[in-house]
Amino acid sequence: MDKIETTDVLVIGGGLAGERCAMEAAALGQRVTILSLVPPRRSHSCAAQGGMQAALGNCVKAAGDSTDLHFLDTVRGSDWGADQEVARIFADNAPVAVRELAHFGVPWTRVRPGRNVYHIKGQQVAIDEPAEKAGLIMHRDFGGTAKWRACYAAAGTGHAALYAIDGEVLRLGIEVRDRAEALALIHADGRCHGAVTRCLRTGQVGVILAKATVIATGGFGRIYGRYTTNATINEGTGAAIALATGVVPLGNMEAVQFHPTGLWPSGILVTEGCRGDGGYLLNREMERFMVELEPAKQELASRDVVSRHMMGQIRDGKGVDHPGGPHLWLDLRHLGEEHLTTKLREVYEICRDFLGIKPWEELIPVRPTQHYSMGGVRVNKDGEAYGMRGLYAAGEAACWDMHGFNRLGGNSLAETLVAGRIVGARVAEFAADHQIEADTGLALAFLQETELTIDAWLARTGQGPNVYDIRDAMGEIMMGKVGIFRQGDELQAAVNELRALHDSLDQAVLRCREPGANPELSFALRLKGMLRLALVAAMGALAREESRGAHSRIDFPARDDRNCLSRTLVRWGHSEDEPMFSYEPVGLLDLPPGDRGYGKASHVDMELSIEQYNDSVLTRQQEQGRLATQEPMGASLREGAWHDAEARAGLTGT
Amino acid sequence: MATESDSSRELTFEIFRFNPLDPGSEPRMQTYTLREEPYMTLFRALNRIREEQDPGLQFDFACRSAVCGSCGMMINGRPTLACKTLTSDLASTIRLHPLPAFKLIGDLSVDTGTWFREMGSRVEAWVHERQAFDPEAIEEPMDDDLAVAIYESDRCIECGCCVASCGVANTRGDFLAPAGMNRVARFMMDPRDGRSTGDWFEVVASDEGVFGCIGLMACQDVCPKELPLLEVYGYLRRRALGAAFVRKQR
Ligand SMILES: Cc1cc2nc3c(=O)[nH]c(=O)nc-3n(C[C@H](O)[C@H](O)[C@H](O)COP(=O)(O)OP(=O)(O)OC[C@H]3O[C@@H](n4cnc5c(N)ncnc54)[C@H](O)[C@@H]3O)c2cc1C
Ligand code: FES
Repeated sequence: MDKIETTDVLVIGGGLAGERCAMEAAALGQRVTILSLVPPRRSHSCAAQGGMQAALGNCVKAAGDSTDLHFLDTVRGSDWGADQEVARIFADNAPVAVRELAHFGVPWTRVRPGRNVYHIKGQQVAIDEPAEKAGLIMHRDFGGTAKWRACYAAAGTGHAALYAIDGEVLRLGIEVRDRAEALALIHADGRCHGAVTRCLRTGQVGVILAKATVIATGGFGRIYGRYTTNATINEGTGAAIALATGVVPLGNMEAVQFHPTGLWPSGILVTEGCRGDGGYLLNREMERFMVELEPAKQELASRDVVSRHMMGQIRDGKGVDHPGGPHLWLDLRHLGEEHLTTKLREVYEICRDFLGIKPWEELIPVRPTQHYSMGGVRVNKDGEAYGMRGLYAAGEAACWDMHGFNRLGGNSLAETLVAGRIVGARVAEFAADHQIEADTGLALAFLQETELTIDAWLARTGQGPNVYDIRDAMGEIMMGKVGIFRQGDELQAAVNELRALHDSLDQAVLRCREPGANPELSFALRLKGMLRLALVAAMGALAREESRGAHSRIDFPARDDRNCLSRTLVRWGHSEDEPMFSYEPVGLLDLPPGDRGYGKASHVDMELSIEQYNDSVLTRQQEQGRLATQEPMGASLREGAWHDAEARAGLTGT
Repeated sequence: MATESDSSRELTFEIFRFNPLDPGSEPRMQTYTLREEPYMTLFRALNRIREEQDPGLQFDFACRSAVCGSCGMMINGRPTLACKTLTSDLASTIRLHPLPAFKLIGDLSVDTGTWFREMGSRVEAWVHERQAFDPEAIEEPMDDDLAVAIYESDRCIECGCCVASCGVANTRGDFLAPAGMNRVARFMMDPRDGRSTGDWFEVVASDEGVFGCIGLMACQDVCPKELPLLEVYGYLRRRALGAAFVRKQR
């Protein structure tokens, strides 16, 4: 490998977001290079089982659905933390993204005409699907939505989507480098020029210079150690290298979603679809506590609400004892062997392979674990990073920000494709208008810095702590003190402890010095970034004195729209000791802040009128580094289009 | 914390070690011992060995939930996914080797990614659509039974276990192997793909394709996703013979 190589567009990440973005740029004539830690089809997108939200309205339980209802569910779900224009762009484009996947070969589950028997809230319900909808893309319930909206390919939606998209990447002849890791962004004066890379086959480092660079590295659940549903490769390097620029802010890092049903003790996700299909949650007394606590939506309430109630049960001593810690039960027995081995086959396989049980005979041990990172690299609606021209981000790595403080299940897969299409086009336009602008000197300076870091790790000997112990300690702190319920004193303790861990990293010692990629060194090179992400998440959570979406403060139980209807931004330069926090308005408000319709409802009203709030959004976001977008702010908002959406769909509006 | 009850077994792992990038490294077997834990999979066991005993040990895991296909290896001589192998299903001595038929990266890590990418390019593993995508149009209807059938053959996770188990693939690098055949079948049965049987002829009806198979069919036994590879071969043979017939007629 040459030390310095060039390309037009460098995409860091080969999951759905990165590959869809790469496709768009390549189709528009750009030479694209994709980097991925693993062969792209092994990216974490392949693990998504449940579905992808798009308002096609094809089956009876989806009848009357519209992009307006999808917009409303998304903004309400976000607890008004979302950028509403982005939520609108998303909802309007999700149907196109799903249909495009059908075109690329995804075997979406289709509407079966005539009598169908569905499990709805534990009941078997027979519904006749009309003949004129036969063969259109089917929907299922996925929690937190007004209509059945999640499109799905049996129980392997993410797998099918990723294979189809990767097929298109193959067709377009896009260069893909697997086992390649970006370790730093090359940048100067607010312009990104590519990345320093390391080969995970050989350990060789090099530089790829590009006209435009995209971060699509997925989530960073592994800052929660083993308390996560995320793959082992979701270590957040993408967000970390953006943070290390000191210029690009990360948004809402404290907004972390937990999944109600992580298999215990492995953390493997048991899909939402189980509850969608009628699964129950039970405590040690075999009580269906969700029926009592959320009579309307029961097990199908949004996942932060469900997670919170589950942790409440565990706190109240109603968890089931286990050497690894208490858990609850997921009961699927009544769904029966046939349903479980066909419609929920992946779940059945998980039970068989990781627990050795049959889910139609036995209960499944589950507990909430970290699941999704709403926060990430803060970008404008074109996907361009704040403060850094030529740097873009898409997918879970980005804070675009349609999820605000709570992502709805099924919205993130759809986001990767919608954002990939839109951001990919913007990236291609940028690359078409620009040259490679970095000189060799700049590239080599960044390369040398990485080489020095590696040398320092390999040179340090003695009795220092080991990197895996530091990682485990980080995970315990994050799950214990920056988890589902948060509290000022605990968060402060977490910050102090994480800070100490961060500082101890300079004494940590590697035990492996073998030539090649060296797995211990590879991990050590990510650890500082992970600790910094953990720290800014904890500090952001401490500073946000309210409860909003998945950020739930026991000491500040109400949502505070007067003081906190804002997005947290944080910058932390590579060589600086302290991160810098600031806040910006969430974006233009169209749907006024109100009741989410589930969970606890209390909130402090805004003092400003909507008009007053909206007046300052653009300037205040520009002050924070928001770059100019192709279309002006608000151009895609379609203000007020949601007004009678619920009445139109026969729902009682709020 | 996982607890180790006193009655738990002591497991012995005999693991193949070789780092091709280290001039001083020779292929060898190395032994490690570990106390068994409840619900212990090889994901957990190998990570504990690496973190506690041998930080240089190379292996691959990503999803640790049997969906990404990263962790294929020979477990007591049989290719399978390490992440979904419970130690409780094995005897107390466990022998681990890298998958054969793939380039070795080091220890238990092999380069399945490159193999599958080449296969994907050779069989052009994408839908050769009949017309361009129209973002304004609603989707073409498809019978759900057909969607299910396509989904079933689309479930391959490219772990390489079938390739490793295949006598032909181990001796002939150009053989498409069961995973490649399954990929071909997946697109053949998809009406959205405009390729005719004749278009597939070159790829399928040769010694690199279905006629290279000598019928040992270990592949179907080892497939962690339980794909019906036997049926796939039968289906392709029929299609290939049909195509040969069509060619003769021309
Ligand atoms: C178990 C599970 C189930 C889920 N189910 C659903 C669902 O049903 N519906 C839904 O909508 N969402 C679901 N989600 C969420 C959704 O799957 C993810 O948000 C989405 O797939 C993320 O896609 P992505 O392309 O952004 O990132 P990923 O698919 O995670 O891809 C990240 C890519 O970046 C690469 N990478 C990372 N760091 C680097 C680096 N430094 N250098 C080079 N490459 C790098 C990786 O190799 C990988 O290719 C689920 C998530 C989990 C954990
Ligand atoms: S780690 Fe993904 S299949 Fe085993």
